Amino acid sequence: MLTGLLDGLFNGISIGAVLLISALGLAIVFGLMGVINMAHGELMMLGAYTTFVVQNGFKKIGGVGFELYIFVALVLAFLITAAVGLLLERGVIRYLYGRPLETLLATWGVSLILQQFVRSLNWVLVIGLVLFSLLFFGGQWILNQRTSFGRVRNWIVAVLLLLSAGVSFAVGKFLGDTYKLAVTQPWFGAQNVDVTAPSWLRGGLPLGNFQLPYARVFIIVLTVVCVLGVYQFLQRSVWGLRIRAVTQNRSMSACLGIPTQQVDAITFAIGSGLAGVAGCAISFLGSVGPNTGQNYIVDTFMVVVVGGVGNLLGTIVASLAIGTVNYLIGSGTLALLLSAVKPLADFFTFFATTSMAKVMVFALIIAFLQYKPAGIFPQKGRGVEL
Amino acid sequence: MSRRFNRRKFLVYGSASLGATFFLKACASNTPGDTAATPGADSSPAADASPAATPAAATTSGDTIKVGILHSLSGTMAISEKSVVDAEQLAIEEINAAGGVLGKKIEAIVEDGASNWDTFREKATKLIDQDKVAVVFGCWTSASRKNVKPVFESKDHMLWYPVQYEGQECSKNIFYTGAAPNQQIEPSVDWLLQNKGKEFFLVGSDYVFPRTANTIIKAQLEAKGGKVVGEDYLPLGNTEVTPIITKIKQALPNGGVIYNTLNGDSNVAFFKQLQGAGLTVDKYPTMSVSIAEEEVKAIGVEYLKGHYAAWNYFMTVDTPANKKFVEAFQKKYGKERVTNDPMEAAYIAVYLWKQAAEKAKTVELAKVRAAAYGETLDAPEGKVTVAPNHHISKTVRIGQVRDDGLFNIVFATPEPVAPVPWNQFVKETKGFACDWSDPKKGEKYKA
Repeated sequence: MLTGLLDGLFNGISIGAVLLISALGLAIVFGLMGVINMAHGELMMLGAYTTFVVQNGFKKIGGVGFELYIFVALVLAFLITAAVGLLLERGVIRYLYGRPLETLLATWGVSLILQQFVRSLNWVLVIGLVLFSLLFFGGQWILNQRTSFGRVRNWIVAVLLLLSAGVSFAVGKFLGDTYKLAVTQPWFGAQNVDVTAPSWLRGGLPLGNFQLPYARVFIIVLTVVCVLGVYQFLQRSVWGLRIRAVTQNRSMSACLGIPTQQVDAITFAIGSGLAGVAGCAISFLGSVGPNTGQNYIVDTFMVVVVGGVGNLLGTIVASLAIGTVNYLIGSGTLALLLSAVKPLADFFTFFATTSMAKVMVFALIIAFLQYKPAGIFPQKGRGVEL
Repeated sequence: MSRRFNRRKFLVYGSASLGATFFLKACASNTPGDTAATPGADSSPAADASPAATPAAATTSGDTIKVGILHSLSGTMAISEKSVVDAEQLAIEEINAAGGVLGKKIEAIVEDGASNWDTFREKATKLIDQDKVAVVFGCWTSASRKNVKPVFESKDHMLWYPVQYEGQECSKNIFYTGAAPNQQIEPSVDWLLQNKGKEFFLVGSDYVFPRTANTIIKAQLEAKGGKVVGEDYLPLGNTEVTPIITKIKQALPNGGVIYNTLNGDSNVAFFKQLQGAGLTVDKYPTMSVSIAEEEVKAIGVEYLKGHYAAWNYFMTVDTPANKKFVEAFQKKYGKERVTNDPMEAAYIAVYLWKQAAEKAKTVELAKVRAAAYGETLDAPEGKVTVAPNHHISKTVRIGQVRDDGLFNIVFATPEPVAPVPWNQFVKETKGFACDWSDPKKGEKYKA
């Protein structure tokens, strides 16, 4: 009985930890900034691919070095996805603040682009993209140095766009024809890639007749570290203070001299970076492929909505609660515990398959949101606009 | 800011989108999807043999025989179907190098089904009506096959389908070169009963194939003294398998057999977390029916070592024909590529059709169909024979994953197993059979 309880508790927490770490970035982006980021899953996917690349790099080193690759992978995953997030915020999302529907559609488009991007990423594409950006944005920058062309500016930009697109197209075509497979072969392809955890993360710690998987323990620890880190950052640092101020009242913060645009960019980058860390973590449990992000996006939104938008504590409680309930129903533990009461046991046995457990969890969530529409910890005060 | 969409803006945006289109096209023309349609363009000896997907050649030349290849080259299924196209192109190229069919070269017209079942139907119609192909090789998922089946039946055309499937079908217009359930699942269950234990836990993805497969397994176990201690289905793409692992541990505290019909991403999660939870292969051997050489590569050998899979063909099968097939395939597509069961089935489909056409001395559909019955071939998997029920007899093998990601074959049926499309364990189809060589019998008759 005791080990059963311990088992249930641990498994519930470990499912919750996966939910929490994948939802943490979204809790910041969606919760604090109100941006519905449908590309959150794809940012996780980029983090997972970063892990894959780092793993392959460290395989060449081998030995003890390889065992520690995940720490490098975690840092790199954070940095790379944060950079992508920054690009996304500066390039797309900042034009769409206050327009949730358009943000939703635009970020969904971005998610499709990112998926196809990793599928067809190859040297030709990279060279073409870099060349295009250099020509187009470099050209624009040079033209901006001269201020005398005001009226025809749009024309010049259009011509520049055509020219740089043409040049990069031609170069890409030339490279593809000259070097053939060497440059046109995709780096990753549409196939899933294999991320193998270092040996100390495989297997588990035997405890009586059940075993704590090391990968799960690692994810729980990582989640705790991330949550504490985010908490410290938001509560103790200058930028954290600014982020909270902008969340509560944007125009007042702006009046008081807080650079709200920078705050937005930094908040979004941090949220994206956390998605990358989550991607690195989930690569030890699940598959890594172009569609990986799709498997998590619904769950992450669910967690944030249940927890209450704009509230980290809510996200934590919600993910643990959903994880535990999902486990108790899905594994049939609840049916077993209630075996004394026959009709109840039958009821829960019916829901004790993975598919039906999900149905039950969703039903519970809908019922809960009827009772508390703004989540577990609704935000109070003036800043509430959602 | 004026919201008016004036002429200047129109021109600017118009040219911008035009430029973007060109640019994207530039990238697209170099992506693998397109090179897949014309492989051989990169290997010079093959260049003349694959004028694939060049409609200009298709309409002008009169001394070629056109065949259709209909698989997903984009979308979710492209992962699996692209390598099947590779195998089919290889077979066509080899046949052409050896003189072609009936003195004519085969010309492949490759269409992309785009993982969309409606597109499959459109493209099938196009291949038959517009390109007037002699035969079509194609499809992977049961959904795509079910969608093109009415097209092939209403036009009385011919499709060769290369993937193992759930059975319960026997169309006059489809030849099935993959395994029927009795050529994959049933022998593997027998083998497990003899060698690994009587208690089974069934895990599968939540759609038609795993559910049908598990119905068969349950009926079979009941008949042969085994026992199903539990079963669970994961929604496609689900990667949280902790509850299932708990259930397995509760149902099989001292170890037992796990029969796995999961598909896609869930497999990865399942095997990664199985190892973490301490369900090791010596106590909980797993038999999978959708993990072949390519999937092993994607999941990671570390997690799969020692587990079992049931197929008709493994890359490690020791026959002269297989040696030749693997060598030719790796020569054309690269040393790191692996071959697997559906690829082999697709490869031999082309050869079987060629033999039938040569026996019939024409590519006329009805005559080729009649000529196909009884045709045999020394395939990479061993001797195969086309049965009058449009399936082929195949050797069944069980392989164990070894360190290099390939399979160590631990069991093979001594003789090829005759195909049984109608399931004999399910009440509705028990006692039925299929025979297209006799017009009175047809699709489904009481044997």
